[in-house]
Amino acid sequence: MAFTNLNNVRLSGMATCVPKIADNANNSNTSILSNEELLRISTVTGIENKRICSENICTSDLCFKAAEELIDNLGWKKEDIGVLIFVSQTPDYILPNTSIILQHKLGLSKETICFDMTLGCSGYVYGMFTLASILASGFVKKGLLLVGDTISKTVSKTDRSTAPLFGDAGTATAFEYDTKASLMSFHLASDGSGADMIMIKDGGQRNPFSKNSLDIVDYGEEIVRNNCQLSLNGLDIFNFGISQVPKVVKNLLDYTQKNIDQTDYFIFHQANLLMNETIRKKIGIPKEKVPYSLKDFGNTSSATIPLTITTQLANKVTKESLNMVFCGFGVGLSWGAAYIKTDKISCPQLLEL
Amino acid sequence: MDTQKFIENIEQQFDDLTPNTLTLETRFREIDGWSSLQAMLIIAMVNVEYDVTLTGENIKKAQTLNDIYQLVNSPK
Repeated sequence: MAFTNLNNVRLSGMATCVPKIADNANNSNTSILSNEELLRISTVTGIENKRICSENICTSDLCFKAAEELIDNLGWKKEDIGVLIFVSQTPDYILPNTSIILQHKLGLSKETICFDMTLGCSGYVYGMFTLASILASGFVKKGLLLVGDTISKTVSKTDRSTAPLFGDAGTATAFEYDTKASLMSFHLASDGSGADMIMIKDGGQRNPFSKNSLDIVDYGEEIVRNNCQLSLNGLDIFNFGISQVPKVVKNLLDYTQKNIDQTDYFIFHQANLLMNETIRKKIGIPKEKVPYSLKDFGNTSSATIPLTITTQLANKVTKESLNMVFCGFGVGLSWGAAYIKTDKISCPQLLEL
Repeated sequence: MDTQKFIENIEQQFDDLTPNTLTLETRFREIDGWSSLQAMLIIAMVNVEYDVTLTGENIKKAQTLNDIYQLVNSPK
Protein backbone atom coordinates (compact mmCIF):
# COMPACT_ATOMS: atom_id res chain seq x y z
CA MET A 1 0.00 0.00 0.00
CA ALA A 2 1.32 3.38 -0.99
CA PHE A 3 1.14 5.74 1.98
CA THR A 4 3.11 8.93 2.09
CA ASN A 5 3.42 12.23 3.93
CA LEU A 6 4.39 15.55 2.41
CA ASN A 7 5.63 18.57 4.32
CA ASN A 8 5.98 22.25 3.48
CA VAL A 9 3.11 22.57 1.00
CA ARG A 10 0.01 24.65 1.51
CA LEU A 11 -3.24 24.56 -0.42
CA SER A 12 -3.84 28.29 -0.93
CA GLY A 13 -7.03 28.39 -2.92
CA MET A 14 -9.38 26.84 -5.42
CA ALA A 15 -11.83 27.97 -8.08
CA THR A 16 -14.36 26.16 -10.26
CA CYS A 17 -15.94 27.02 -13.59
CA VAL A 18 -18.94 25.22 -15.10
CA PRO A 19 -20.69 25.66 -18.44
CA LYS A 20 -23.81 27.86 -18.43
CA ILE A 21 -26.01 25.30 -20.16
CA ALA A 22 -28.16 23.34 -17.70
CA ASP A 23 -29.35 19.85 -18.49
CA ASN A 24 -32.15 18.23 -16.50
CA ALA A 25 -35.21 16.04 -16.81
CA ASN A 26 -37.31 19.01 -17.92
CA ASN A 27 -34.79 20.23 -20.41
CA SER A 28 -32.68 17.32 -21.49
CA ASN A 29 -29.94 17.94 -24.01
CA THR A 30 -28.13 14.72 -23.36
CA SER A 31 -30.57 11.89 -23.20
CA ILE A 32 -33.45 10.44 -25.17
CA LEU A 33 -34.91 8.89 -22.01
CA SER A 34 -38.40 10.04 -21.04
CA ASN A 35 -38.76 12.69 -18.35
CA GLU A 36 -40.42 10.15 -16.10
CA GLU A 37 -37.55 7.70 -16.53
CA LEU A 38 -34.98 10.43 -15.87
CA LEU A 39 -36.79 11.41 -12.67
CA ARG A 40 -36.87 7.78 -11.54
CA ILE A 41 -33.15 7.41 -12.22
CA SER A 42 -32.46 10.66 -10.39
CA THR A 43 -33.90 9.28 -7.14
CA VAL A 44 -31.05 6.75 -7.15
CA THR A 45 -28.28 8.90 -8.62
CA GLY A 46 -29.22 12.03 -6.67
CA ILE A 47 -28.63 14.01 -9.87
CA GLU A 48 -31.30 16.52 -10.85
CA ASN A 49 -29.28 18.98 -12.91
CA LYS A 50 -25.95 19.07 -14.62
CA ARG A 51 -24.01 21.51 -16.75
CA ILE A 52 -23.11 20.60 -20.30
CA CYS A 53 -20.56 22.27 -22.57
CA SER A 54 -21.43 23.59 -25.97
CA GLU A 55 -19.32 22.15 -28.79
CA ASN A 56 -16.86 25.03 -28.86
CA ILE A 57 -15.91 24.87 -25.17
CA CYS A 58 -13.16 22.52 -23.97
CA THR A 59 -12.07 21.50 -20.49
CA SER A 60 -9.08 23.80 -20.82
CA ASP A 61 -11.40 26.80 -21.37
CA LEU A 62 -13.20 26.10 -18.09
CA CYS A 63 -9.89 25.59 -16.27
CA PHE A 64 -8.46 28.74 -17.85
CA LYS A 65 -11.29 30.88 -16.51
CA ALA A 66 -11.02 29.26 -13.06
CA ALA A 67 -7.24 29.80 -13.05
CA GLU A 68 -7.44 33.49 -14.06
CA GLU A 69 -9.97 34.17 -11.30
CA LEU A 70 -7.95 32.27 -8.71
CA ILE A 71 -4.64 33.96 -9.55
CA ASP A 72 -6.39 37.31 -9.32
CA ASN A 73 -8.10 36.40 -6.05
CA LEU A 74 -4.83 35.29 -4.48
CA GLY A 75 -2.97 38.29 -5.80
CA TRP A 76 -0.29 35.99 -7.22
CA LYS A 77 2.24 37.28 -9.72
CA LYS A 78 2.13 35.07 -12.79
CA GLU A 79 5.92 35.00 -13.03
CA ASP A 80 6.08 33.27 -9.64
CA ILE A 81 4.18 30.19 -10.87
CA GLY A 82 6.75 27.50 -11.61
CA VAL A 83 4.62 24.44 -12.32
CA LEU A 84 1.26 23.76 -13.98
CA ILE A 85 -0.29 20.31 -14.08
CA PHE A 86 -3.43 19.64 -16.12
CA VAL A 87 -5.37 16.53 -15.07
CA SER A 88 -7.97 15.52 -17.63
CA GLN A 89 -9.18 12.82 -19.99
CA THR A 90 -10.58 15.42 -22.35
CA PRO A 91 -7.55 17.37 -23.60
CA ASP A 92 -7.62 19.90 -26.45
CA TYR A 93 -5.60 17.66 -28.76
CA ILE A 94 -4.09 14.17 -28.80
CA LEU A 95 -0.83 16.07 -28.71
CA PRO A 96 0.69 18.38 -27.51
CA ASN A 97 -0.17 18.45 -23.81
CA THR A 98 -2.91 20.93 -22.92
CA SER A 99 -0.97 22.20 -19.88
CA ILE A 100 1.58 23.73 -22.24
CA ILE A 101 -1.13 25.48 -24.25
CA LEU A 102 -2.50 26.79 -20.96
CA GLN A 103 0.94 28.08 -19.92
CA HIS A 104 0.91 30.35 -22.96
CA LYS A 105 -2.77 31.37 -22.64
CA LEU A 106 -2.36 32.23 -18.97
CA GLY A 107 0.80 34.19 -19.72
CA LEU A 108 2.99 32.12 -17.41
CA SER A 109 6.75 32.16 -17.65
CA LYS A 110 8.53 29.95 -20.19
CA GLU A 111 10.39 28.51 -17.21
CA THR A 112 7.16 26.78 -16.10
CA ILE A 113 7.17 22.98 -15.70
CA CYS A 114 4.07 21.78 -17.57
CA PHE A 115 2.64 18.34 -18.12
CA ASP A 116 -0.70 16.54 -18.35
CA MET A 117 -1.95 13.61 -16.31
CA THR A 118 -4.64 11.42 -17.83
CA LEU A 119 -6.76 10.37 -14.89
CA GLY A 120 -10.47 10.61 -14.17
CA CYS A 121 -12.31 10.33 -10.90
CA SER A 122 -9.15 9.72 -8.85
CA GLY A 123 -7.31 12.49 -10.69
CA TYR A 124 -7.68 15.30 -8.20
CA VAL A 125 -5.98 13.38 -5.40
CA TYR A 126 -3.25 12.09 -7.75
CA GLY A 127 -2.72 15.60 -9.11
CA MET A 128 -2.46 17.03 -5.59
CA PHE A 129 0.08 14.38 -4.67
CA THR A 130 2.18 15.03 -7.78
CA LEU A 131 2.13 18.81 -7.53
CA ALA A 132 2.76 18.80 -3.78
CA SER A 133 5.69 16.39 -4.31
CA ILE A 134 7.28 18.86 -6.73
CA LEU A 135 6.73 21.83 -4.42
CA ALA A 136 7.80 20.06 -1.22
CA SER A 137 11.49 20.35 -1.99
CA GLY A 138 11.16 24.11 -2.35
CA PHE A 139 12.96 24.55 -5.68
CA VAL A 140 9.64 25.67 -7.18
CA LYS A 141 7.55 27.88 -4.91
CA LYS A 142 4.10 28.10 -6.50
CA GLY A 143 2.05 25.73 -8.62
CA LEU A 144 -1.32 25.37 -10.29
CA LEU A 145 -3.33 22.19 -10.50
CA LEU A 146 -5.93 22.47 -13.26
CA VAL A 147 -8.38 19.59 -13.14
CA GLY A 148 -11.57 18.79 -15.01
CA ASP A 149 -13.37 17.04 -17.81
CA THR A 150 -16.05 17.57 -20.42
CA ILE A 151 -17.10 13.94 -20.29
CA SER A 152 -20.58 14.78 -21.61
CA LYS A 153 -18.97 15.05 -25.05
CA THR A 154 -17.94 11.39 -24.91
CA VAL A 155 -21.31 10.08 -23.74
CA SER A 156 -23.94 8.50 -25.99
CA LYS A 157 -27.34 10.17 -25.61
CA THR A 158 -28.88 6.73 -26.05
CA ASP A 159 -26.90 5.05 -23.28
CA ARG A 160 -28.93 4.74 -20.11
CA SER A 161 -25.87 3.67 -18.11
CA THR A 162 -23.93 6.92 -18.72
CA ALA A 163 -26.15 9.70 -20.14
CA PRO A 164 -27.93 10.53 -16.84
CA LEU A 165 -24.69 10.78 -14.85
CA PHE A 166 -22.07 13.06 -16.31
CA GLY A 167 -21.71 16.82 -16.24
CA ASP A 168 -18.79 19.07 -17.18
CA ALA A 169 -16.56 21.26 -15.02
CA GLY A 170 -13.07 22.73 -14.86
CA THR A 171 -11.20 23.71 -11.71
CA ALA A 172 -8.01 25.39 -10.56
CA THR A 173 -6.25 24.78 -7.25
CA ALA A 174 -3.24 26.74 -6.05
CA PHE A 175 -0.48 25.21 -3.96
CA GLU A 176 2.63 26.87 -2.60
CA TYR A 177 5.79 26.09 -0.70
CA ASP A 178 5.35 27.08 2.94
CA THR A 179 7.51 25.74 5.76
CA LYS A 180 4.69 26.41 8.24
CA ALA A 181 2.14 24.32 6.33
CA SER A 182 0.48 21.32 7.99
CA LEU A 183 1.42 17.82 6.93
CA MET A 184 -0.47 16.33 3.98
CA SER A 185 -0.90 12.57 3.92
CA PHE A 186 -1.84 10.36 1.00
CA HIS A 187 -2.88 6.81 0.28
CA LEU A 188 -2.91 5.97 -3.43
CA ALA A 189 -3.77 2.72 -5.20
CA SER A 190 -4.37 1.18 -8.64
CA ASP A 191 -5.88 -1.98 -10.12
CA GLY A 192 -5.53 -2.42 -13.88
CA SER A 193 -7.54 -5.66 -13.82
CA GLY A 194 -10.57 -3.38 -13.97
CA ALA A 195 -9.30 -1.37 -16.95
CA ASP A 196 -12.30 -2.25 -19.10
CA MET A 197 -14.89 -1.29 -16.47
CA ILE A 198 -14.81 2.33 -17.64
CA MET A 199 -13.36 2.70 -21.11
CA ILE A 200 -13.49 4.47 -24.45
CA LYS A 201 -12.40 1.58 -26.64
CA ASP A 202 -11.47 3.19 -29.95
CA GLY A 203 -9.31 6.10 -30.94
CA GLY A 204 -6.10 5.17 -29.10
CA GLN A 205 -3.27 3.05 -30.47
CA ARG A 206 -4.70 -0.32 -29.32
CA ASN A 207 -7.86 0.15 -31.39
CA PRO A 208 -7.16 3.03 -33.78
CA PHE A 209 -10.13 5.02 -35.01
CA SER A 210 -11.68 3.38 -38.09
CA LYS A 211 -14.98 3.74 -39.88
CA ASN A 212 -16.28 0.82 -37.76
CA SER A 213 -15.63 2.89 -34.66
CA LEU A 214 -18.80 4.83 -35.45
CA ASP A 215 -21.03 1.75 -35.83
CA ILE A 216 -23.87 2.06 -33.36
CA VAL A 217 -24.24 -1.08 -31.24
CA ASP A 218 -27.31 -1.99 -29.18
CA TYR A 219 -26.19 -3.76 -26.00
CA GLY A 220 -29.76 -4.14 -24.69
CA GLU A 221 -31.24 -2.52 -21.58
CA GLU A 222 -31.28 0.85 -23.37
CA ILE A 223 -27.52 0.90 -23.83
CA VAL A 224 -26.84 2.04 -27.38
CA ARG A 225 -23.49 3.61 -28.35
CA ASN A 226 -20.47 3.45 -30.63
CA ASN A 227 -16.88 2.52 -29.73
CA CYS A 228 -15.70 6.12 -29.52
CA GLN A 229 -18.14 6.73 -26.70
CA LEU A 230 -17.75 6.09 -23.01
CA SER A 231 -18.67 2.63 -21.75
CA LEU A 232 -19.29 1.98 -18.09
CA ASN A 233 -19.98 -1.29 -16.33
CA GLY A 234 -22.21 0.15 -13.64
CA LEU A 235 -22.60 -2.86 -11.37
CA ASP A 236 -18.91 -3.76 -11.26
CA ILE A 237 -17.86 -0.15 -10.71
CA PHE A 238 -20.44 0.08 -7.98
CA ASN A 239 -18.96 -2.97 -6.25
CA PHE A 240 -15.45 -1.59 -6.62
CA GLY A 241 -16.53 1.68 -5.04
CA ILE A 242 -18.38 0.25 -2.08
CA SER A 243 -15.64 -2.27 -1.26
CA GLN A 244 -12.40 -0.30 -1.91
CA VAL A 245 -13.33 3.24 -0.92
CA PRO A 246 -14.27 2.50 2.71
CA LYS A 247 -10.92 0.67 3.02
CA VAL A 248 -8.82 3.50 1.60
CA VAL A 249 -10.45 6.03 3.92
CA LYS A 250 -10.13 3.83 7.00
CA ASN A 251 -6.50 3.01 6.12
CA LEU A 252 -5.69 6.70 5.70
CA LEU A 253 -7.28 7.54 9.04
CA ASP A 254 -5.24 4.75 10.68
CA TYR A 255 -2.07 5.97 9.02
CA THR A 256 -2.61 9.57 10.06
CA GLN A 257 -3.90 8.52 13.51
CA LYS A 258 -6.98 10.66 13.03
CA ASN A 259 -10.56 9.67 13.62
CA ILE A 260 -13.87 10.71 12.15
CA ASP A 261 -14.60 13.10 15.05
CA GLN A 262 -11.35 15.00 14.50
CA THR A 263 -12.14 15.41 10.82
CA ASP A 264 -14.42 18.24 9.78
CA TYR A 265 -15.35 17.09 6.27
CA PHE A 266 -14.97 14.11 3.97
CA ILE A 267 -15.09 15.23 0.36
CA PHE A 268 -15.75 12.27 -1.87
CA HIS A 269 -15.69 12.07 -5.62
CA GLN A 270 -19.35 12.52 -6.60
CA ALA A 271 -20.10 9.25 -8.40
CA ASN A 272 -23.78 8.86 -7.67
CA LEU A 273 -25.83 9.19 -4.50
CA LEU A 274 -26.45 5.48 -3.97
CA MET A 275 -22.76 4.60 -4.25
CA ASN A 276 -21.63 7.56 -2.14
CA GLU A 277 -24.22 7.00 0.58
CA THR A 278 -23.37 3.29 0.75
CA ILE A 279 -19.72 4.26 1.19
CA ARG A 280 -20.57 6.85 3.84
CA LYS A 281 -22.68 4.39 5.83
CA LYS A 282 -20.04 1.66 5.64
CA ILE A 283 -17.38 3.98 7.06
CA GLY A 284 -19.86 5.37 9.59
CA ILE A 285 -19.42 9.07 8.82
CA PRO A 286 -22.24 11.39 9.99
CA LYS A 287 -24.23 12.93 7.13
CA GLU A 288 -23.31 16.52 7.99
CA LYS A 289 -19.61 15.78 7.38
CA VAL A 290 -20.19 14.63 3.81
CA PRO A 291 -21.27 17.44 1.47
CA TYR A 292 -22.74 16.72 -1.97
CA SER A 293 -22.84 18.68 -5.21
CA LEU A 294 -24.42 15.82 -7.20
CA LYS A 295 -27.90 17.32 -7.23
CA ASP A 296 -26.96 20.35 -9.31
CA PHE A 297 -23.84 19.24 -11.17
CA GLY A 298 -23.86 15.43 -11.48
CA ASN A 299 -20.66 13.44 -11.78
CA THR A 300 -18.02 15.77 -13.21
CA SER A 301 -15.16 13.26 -13.18
CA SER A 302 -11.94 14.62 -11.65
CA ALA A 303 -13.54 18.02 -10.93
CA THR A 304 -15.97 16.77 -8.27
CA ILE A 305 -13.83 17.41 -5.17
CA PRO A 306 -13.01 21.11 -5.81
CA LEU A 307 -16.50 21.64 -7.28
CA THR A 308 -18.08 20.31 -4.09
CA ILE A 309 -15.89 22.52 -1.91
CA THR A 310 -16.52 25.62 -4.07
CA THR A 311 -20.28 25.17 -4.09
CA GLN A 312 -20.94 23.69 -0.63
CA LEU A 313 -18.18 24.85 1.69
CA ALA A 314 -16.97 28.22 0.38
CA ASN A 315 -18.09 30.03 3.55
CA LYS A 316 -16.26 27.58 5.78
CA VAL A 317 -12.99 27.09 3.91
CA THR A 318 -12.42 30.80 3.48
CA LYS A 319 -12.92 31.60 7.17
CA GLU A 320 -11.84 28.54 9.13
CA SER A 321 -9.11 26.04 9.42
CA LEU A 322 -10.49 22.59 8.48
CA ASN A 323 -9.31 19.00 8.69
CA MET A 324 -10.50 17.25 5.56
CA VAL A 325 -10.25 13.96 3.74
CA PHE A 326 -10.39 14.12 -0.05
CA CYS A 327 -11.15 10.82 -1.74
CA GLY A 328 -11.30 10.03 -5.46
CA PHE A 329 -12.06 6.69 -7.10
CA GLY A 330 -12.95 5.31 -10.52
CA VAL A 331 -11.61 4.83 -14.03
CA GLY A 332 -8.37 2.86 -14.17
CA LEU A 333 -9.20 1.45 -11.77
CA SER A 334 -7.50 4.10 -9.71
CA TRP A 335 -8.26 5.47 -6.28
CA GLY A 336 -6.73 7.52 -3.53
CA ALA A 337 -7.34 9.63 -0.47
CA ALA A 338 -5.60 12.64 1.03
CA TYR A 339 -5.69 14.02 4.56
CA ILE A 340 -5.20 17.75 4.55
CA LYS A 341 -5.62 20.67 6.90
CA THR A 342 -6.67 23.77 5.02
CA ASP A 343 -6.27 27.19 6.59
CA LYS A 344 -8.55 29.97 5.34
CA ILE A 345 -8.06 29.36 1.67
CA SER A 346 -9.10 31.60 -1.17
CA CYS A 347 -12.29 30.31 -2.76
CA PRO A 348 -13.97 32.61 -5.29
CA GLN A 349 -17.63 32.06 -6.19
CA LEU A 350 -18.57 29.50 -8.78
CA LEU A 351 -17.80 30.78 -12.28
CA GLU A 352 -19.76 30.14 -15.45
CA LEU A 353 -18.70 30.09 -19.09
CA MET B 1 -29.94 -15.72 8.59
CA ASP B 2 -33.50 -14.52 8.99
CA THR B 3 -35.34 -15.26 5.74
CA GLN B 4 -38.25 -12.95 6.54
CA LYS B 5 -35.89 -10.05 7.25
CA PHE B 6 -34.06 -10.75 3.99
CA ILE B 7 -37.32 -10.60 2.03
CA GLU B 8 -38.29 -7.36 3.78
CA ASN B 9 -34.92 -5.87 2.92
CA ILE B 10 -35.49 -6.79 -0.72
CA GLU B 11 -39.04 -5.36 -0.69
CA GLN B 12 -37.69 -2.04 0.54
CA GLN B 13 -35.71 -1.67 -2.68
CA PHE B 14 -38.90 -1.29 -4.71
CA ASP B 15 -41.22 1.76 -4.74
CA ASP B 16 -44.97 0.93 -4.54
CA LEU B 17 -44.67 -2.75 -3.60
CA THR B 18 -47.34 -4.24 -1.31
CA PRO B 19 -45.54 -5.77 1.71
CA ASN B 20 -45.50 -9.58 2.04
CA THR B 21 -45.95 -10.19 -1.68
CA LEU B 22 -42.48 -11.59 -2.27
CA THR B 23 -41.21 -15.08 -1.43
CA LEU B 24 -37.88 -16.81 -1.98
CA GLU B 25 -39.42 -18.39 -5.08
CA THR B 26 -40.21 -14.99 -6.65
CA ARG B 27 -38.46 -14.47 -9.97
CA PHE B 28 -37.18 -10.99 -9.23
CA ARG B 29 -37.07 -9.74 -12.83
CA GLU B 30 -40.83 -10.19 -12.94
CA ILE B 31 -41.48 -7.91 -9.96
CA ASP B 32 -43.31 -4.74 -10.97
CA GLY B 33 -40.83 -1.90 -11.19
CA TRP B 34 -37.75 -4.09 -11.73
CA SER B 35 -34.89 -2.41 -13.56
CA SER B 36 -31.12 -2.34 -13.45
CA LEU B 37 -31.49 0.32 -10.74
CA GLN B 38 -33.02 -2.32 -8.44
CA ALA B 39 -30.04 -4.58 -9.11
CA MET B 40 -27.78 -1.82 -7.86
CA LEU B 41 -29.99 -1.11 -4.83
CA ILE B 42 -29.96 -4.82 -3.92
CA ILE B 43 -26.17 -5.00 -4.26
CA ALA B 44 -25.88 -1.98 -1.96
CA MET B 45 -28.32 -3.38 0.59
CA VAL B 46 -26.61 -6.78 0.67
CA ASN B 47 -23.22 -5.12 1.03
CA VAL B 48 -24.28 -2.93 3.95
CA GLU B 49 -26.64 -5.36 5.74
CA TYR B 50 -24.78 -8.64 5.19
CA ASP B 51 -21.24 -7.55 4.27
CA VAL B 52 -21.39 -9.69 1.13
CA THR B 53 -20.30 -8.42 -2.28
CA LEU B 54 -22.53 -9.55 -5.14
CA THR B 55 -21.10 -9.06 -8.63
CA GLY B 56 -22.96 -8.00 -11.75
CA GLU B 57 -22.36 -11.57 -12.99
CA ASN B 58 -23.99 -12.99 -9.81
CA ILE B 59 -27.13 -10.95 -10.45
CA LYS B 60 -27.15 -11.82 -14.15
CA LYS B 61 -27.12 -15.56 -13.39
CA ALA B 62 -29.65 -15.43 -10.54
CA GLN B 63 -33.32 -15.99 -11.35
CA THR B 64 -35.17 -16.14 -8.05
CA LEU B 65 -34.73 -14.34 -4.74
CA ASN B 66 -33.59 -17.68 -3.35
CA ASP B 67 -30.63 -17.61 -5.76
CA ILE B 68 -29.59 -14.28 -4.21
CA TYR B 69 -30.36 -15.56 -0.70
CA GLN B 70 -28.03 -18.52 -1.25
CA LEU B 71 -25.22 -16.20 -2.39
CA VAL B 72 -25.68 -14.02 0.67
CA ASN B 73 -25.79 -17.06 2.91
CA SER B 74 -22.78 -18.87 1.46
CA PRO B 75 -19.62 -18.88 3.61
CA LYS B 76 -17.44 -15.83 2.96
